[in-house]
Order: sequence, then structure tokens, then C-alpha cells
Amino acid sequence: MTQSASIPILKLKEFLIVSIQTDLHDRMAEQLQYSILHRISETGAKGVLIDISALEMVDSFIGRTLADTAKMASTLDADIIIVGMQPAVAITLVELGLSLGDVKTAISLDEGYGLLEEMRAEESRNDDEEEKVGDAEVESETESEDGK
Amino acid sequence: MSKVQIKEESDIVKARSVAKEMARDLGFGLVDQTRISTAVSELARNIFAYAGEGEVYIETDWDHRKGIRITFTDQGPGIEDIDLALQDGFSTAGSMGKGLPGAKRLMDRLNIQTKPGEGTRIIIEKWLDK
Ligand SMILES: Nc1ncnc2c1ncn2[C@@H]1O[C@H](COP(=O)(O)OP(=O)(O)OP(=O)(O)O)[C@@H](O)[C@H]1O
Ligand SMILES: [Mg+2]
Repeated sequence: MTQSASIPILKLKEFLIVSIQTDLHDRMAEQLQYSILHRISETGAKGVLIDISALEMVDSFIGRTLADTAKMASTLDADIIIVGMQPAVAITLVELGLSLGDVKTAISLDEGYGLLEEMRAEESRNDDEEEKVGDAEVESETESEDGK
Repeated sequence: MSKVQIKEESDIVKARSVAKEMARDLGFGLVDQTRISTAVSELARNIFAYAGEGEVYIETDWDHRKGIRITFTDQGPGIEDIDLALQDGFSTAGSMGKGLPGAKRLMDRLNIQTKPGEGTRIIIEKWLDK
């Protein structure tokens, strides 16, 4: 059996860090997707940095797997940031006709980490606002009932 | 020249790395090397997915042209409608339909010969002397 256990997933505070250091064949990409999602649900991580700076190419399969992983992670309430895509890889992806969907990208791990923290801060602000709106609705309902 | 048999999934990786290495040795820049290895990855995967097995043949000298030419041959089911298969988004596998049209955009030439029931031969080229 081919091993993908060689791609470690590290936890740093509420985030996970994955650094792909090997050319990914299809099954490895699928296994990595599974492992990342599994670790998110296991740890409750709120974000994942996937460092692909060592990847010399991203074809339709790897591209789709990354985009799918991000989509699935967001249903687990985690954001995914793709870090360090080589310029040649980015150019080729566009020519191939592939977009990574709304997957966020960053130049470096530092930038990616900052981005995750910003996104988290914004999301918790939004959550607070939603709560307030929810309270207001309840109040107005009560009021109108009183008015009858 | 170099030949890679496609029999299992990891052979896709082998084919694209051999092609990239040969492209680099020939003098292609990094972006072209990446275009070539990505196109090879797509077409080798198609062999594996649709024909089960086949062969990738890579050469750097033909007809006095300077560049790389890669031939993908299989004895699989063939492609029924070439024009359709080259359209973005067309897939008989419920996939994205990016492989063939994408490979065509990434290379200078892509030629398909196929006969339903007999197999497929796809030739791609990238030239250094345009
Ligand atoms: N070697 C082949 N033998 C038989 N049919 C093929 C072969 N290569 C491609 N095809 C057919 O052409 C269609 C288009 O191929 P293409 O690679 O563009 O898209 P895909 O493989 O369906 O999706 P994607 O590559 O985006 O995952 C395939 O769905 C398949 O029907
Ligand atoms: Mg394909």
C-alpha cells in the first residue's frame, strides 16, 4: 500500500498546518483530504494552512481536490488557506481553465496565519451581530402581541 | 526519447516527472516545464481512467523541430466525438472536462486520432523554435 502518512498535519493553537513536500499522486491527494477533514472534526480547528510551495504542478485532479477540501472544511466551520503556490503553477492553472473556487491564497505561512486570524475575528463579529438581530426580532414580536 | 507505461495510478506521476525533466534539459523555462508536465498529467490520467492502460512516449527530436513531442497511446474504448471531447466542461465521467481542452491550451499543438472500440492516440507538442 502506498503511504500518505508521510504528510504530517500539525496543530498550532486553533489552526492546523499541512506542508506538502512530495509530488502528490491522486490517491495521496484523496487521503490527505480525508485526513485534514478528520483532524478538523477531531480537534475543532478553525482554520487550515496548506503549504503547497513544494508542489511543482497542480493539475485538474489536485486542483479540484483542494477546492473540494476547502468547501467541505467550511461546512465544519473551518477556513482553508492555500499557501505559497509557485507563480508557474498559478499561470498553468489559469490556462488549464481551473479556478480554485473561493479558496483563499497567501504568499507565505505568516501571511496565511494573519489572514486566518482576521477571518476568525470577522466571523465572530458577524456572529455577535446575528445574535443582536435575533433578540430584536423576539422583542418586536412580543410588542405586537401586546398591542392586540 | 523515453517511454513510460501507464498501468497504475502512480505511473501518471512518473510520466509527468520524466516529461518535465526532459523539457528542462532541452532548455524550456519553468513556466513551460510546468505547462508540459500538467498536460502530460491530464492525458496520462485519461489513459488510466478510460482505457485502463497505455503508453506515453516522449521525444525531443523530430522533423527538424526543436521542442518536445509526447505521444499517448491506448487500446481503450476510443473517443466518440473529438470536437465534443475538446469542449470545456464535456465529460462522460461526471468530472470537470478540463483535461483535453486544458492540455490543448497549454501546448502548441494537440492532435487526436481515435477509433471507437480500438483506441486513442494523442500527440502533443511544445516548440522552442516558434
Ligand atoms: N484516452 C481516452 N480514451 C477514451 N476516452 C477518452 C480518453 N481521453 C478522454 N476521453 C473522453 O473525453 C472526455 C473528456 O476528457 P477530459 O480529460 O477533457 O475530461 P474528463 O477526463 O472527463 O474530466 P477531467 O479531466 O477534467 O477530470 C472524457 O470524459 C472521456 O469521455
Ligand atoms: Mg481527464
